[in-house]
Amino acid sequence: MDRPLISVEGLARRFGDTTVFEDLWLGIDRGEFVCLIGHSGCGKTTILNVLAGLDTPSDGTVIVDNREIDGPSLDRAVIFQGHALLPWLTVMGNIAFAVGSRWSGWDRERVQAHARKFIELVGLKGAEAKRPAQLSGGMKQRVGIARALSIQPKMLLMDEPFSALDALTRGLLQDEVLRICAEMQQTVFMITHDVDEAILLADKIVLMTNGPGARIAEIVVNTMPRGERHRNDLHRHAQYYAIRNHLVEFLVNRSKAFDREIADGSYDPRRPRLVRPGLAGINPTAEIVPLRQSQ
Amino acid sequence: MKAVRHSLGLRAAVLSLLIFAALVLIWQVAAQPAAGSAVAVDPEYAKLVGAAAATGTKSAMPTPVDIGATILKHLADPFYVRGSNDKGIGVQLAYSLGRVLLGFGLAALLAVPLGFLIGMSPLVYRALDPFIQILKPVSPLAWMPLALYTIKDSAISSIFVIFICSVWPMLINTAFGVASVRREWLNVARTLEVGPLRTAFRVILPAAAPTIMTGMRISIGIAWLVIVAAEMLVGGTGIGYFVWNEWNNLSIANIVTAILLIGLVGLLLDQGLAWLTRLVTYPE
Repeated sequence: MDRPLISVEGLARRFGDTTVFEDLWLGIDRGEFVCLIGHSGCGKTTILNVLAGLDTPSDGTVIVDNREIDGPSLDRAVIFQGHALLPWLTVMGNIAFAVGSRWSGWDRERVQAHARKFIELVGLKGAEAKRPAQLSGGMKQRVGIARALSIQPKMLLMDEPFSALDALTRGLLQDEVLRICAEMQQTVFMITHDVDEAILLADKIVLMTNGPGARIAEIVVNTMPRGERHRNDLHRHAQYYAIRNHLVEFLVNRSKAFDREIADGSYDPRRPRLVRPGLAGINPTAEIVPLRQSQ
Repeated sequence: MKAVRHSLGLRAAVLSLLIFAALVLIWQVAAQPAAGSAVAVDPEYAKLVGAAAATGTKSAMPTPVDIGATILKHLADPFYVRGSNDKGIGVQLAYSLGRVLLGFGLAALLAVPLGFLIGMSPLVYRALDPFIQILKPVSPLAWMPLALYTIKDSAISSIFVIFICSVWPMLINTAFGVASVRREWLNVARTLEVGPLRTAFRVILPAAAPTIMTGMRISIGIAWLVIVAAEMLVGGTGIGYFVWNEWNNLSIANIVTAILLIGLVGLLLDQGLAWLTRLVTYPE
């Protein structure tokens, strides 16, 4: 049986007596684009940090490619919310730093040639010698994306990468990310609080209940195929409002009262419901195969 | 008619020159000998300070013209050596500069790596903080007797005093700079699996460099202040000793010359480090 590329198994994080989230089970397949949506305080960034290896969970584990993660890895590149470029390095320097870290045996020429490919990929050709302070917010985030992609990771982790950008730039970058990820068949886990961004980019949208003690409520399958998702006529798609209404309904009403839905007994944290809004028929549970059978 | 607007820099320069001219003029007038007031003085005192000074016809305070002449005389031949108590002012400055650079260099060699370690570890940072906080405000000259007693060599003692006064600002600034490197930059290094050494040199050092350089700039300023006093104490050579020697000679003109040169060298040291600081500063 095929195990997903990433398997989150029984993850929990507590700070003192406060449980931020617990009993999270989630699988992400190779090439899948998964968005996580939830209100502030449900531990979205903490989940991403655990996946990145920057934070350790209080309970549970994350399996990537059949190996339990025990720290940061070049296999999981992070695109930080605040771009996190090194301000004393140029665009080329920032990306070359990442490339040189990935392939320490490469000589300077090879590192730069490789870096240049990714600078061109994100449309920053000609800005190689600029420093981050000379770039606009959107350009900085493009460098962040190029840096993450340049190490050719197994998966990309994005923490609200576009939230600090203006609407126009955000739209342009979303299109770029959509194009690049499709081109490279990149597996992506992205945190967002923007419903439309999630619908545009994600194949699956993971919904979190409100914290503390947040859980994965359900997983919404984007019923609009990738090829049919375009930013400008997204709202004309037959499925669009069904998905959007489902997400908004969850965020506005169901996320805070999810305990009541749990109480009726059909909720299984290991198999959150897989929902296909707008499509009639049954909603089977998500299949996650645990690596180890706890309890 | 359109008013000609000069730049602020030019106007400031003109004002500086005017202030300078006014000060020199006031000084020149004030130092003029008071005419025809021959007062009876103690002949012993007259013998000591010279007849002109004792009678008040000629003050020991030189006029700006005298100072100018003295400066020209020193600058004409700054590097002569005629015996242990008669060396050119350039030679004396070189002695002082050498001591400062040596003491400062040794302090940097210790303070920057140690500050790095302190900054990396919150535990060590807290543990060493009381020592640093107590030793930092101590006047470097207070170390002099201890240095003379333990080292038993006045020349090395003065270098030690420079060392001890240069260490603290560099140590504190390095530790602070290293400790306050942005978390996200360190996270970038971690997610790229960058080793500790590469992280130290490629991320932490450049990030902390402006703070470290600021510490160095403070240190060299203090060191240059302290060397004059230290050399007055230990004697022998150096610009501080020169000032003390000329005080014994009651040669105010030489002292004023030395003061101006000390100021000038201090300015150059400060500007040199300011330039280096600008080189490593990055805009965020």
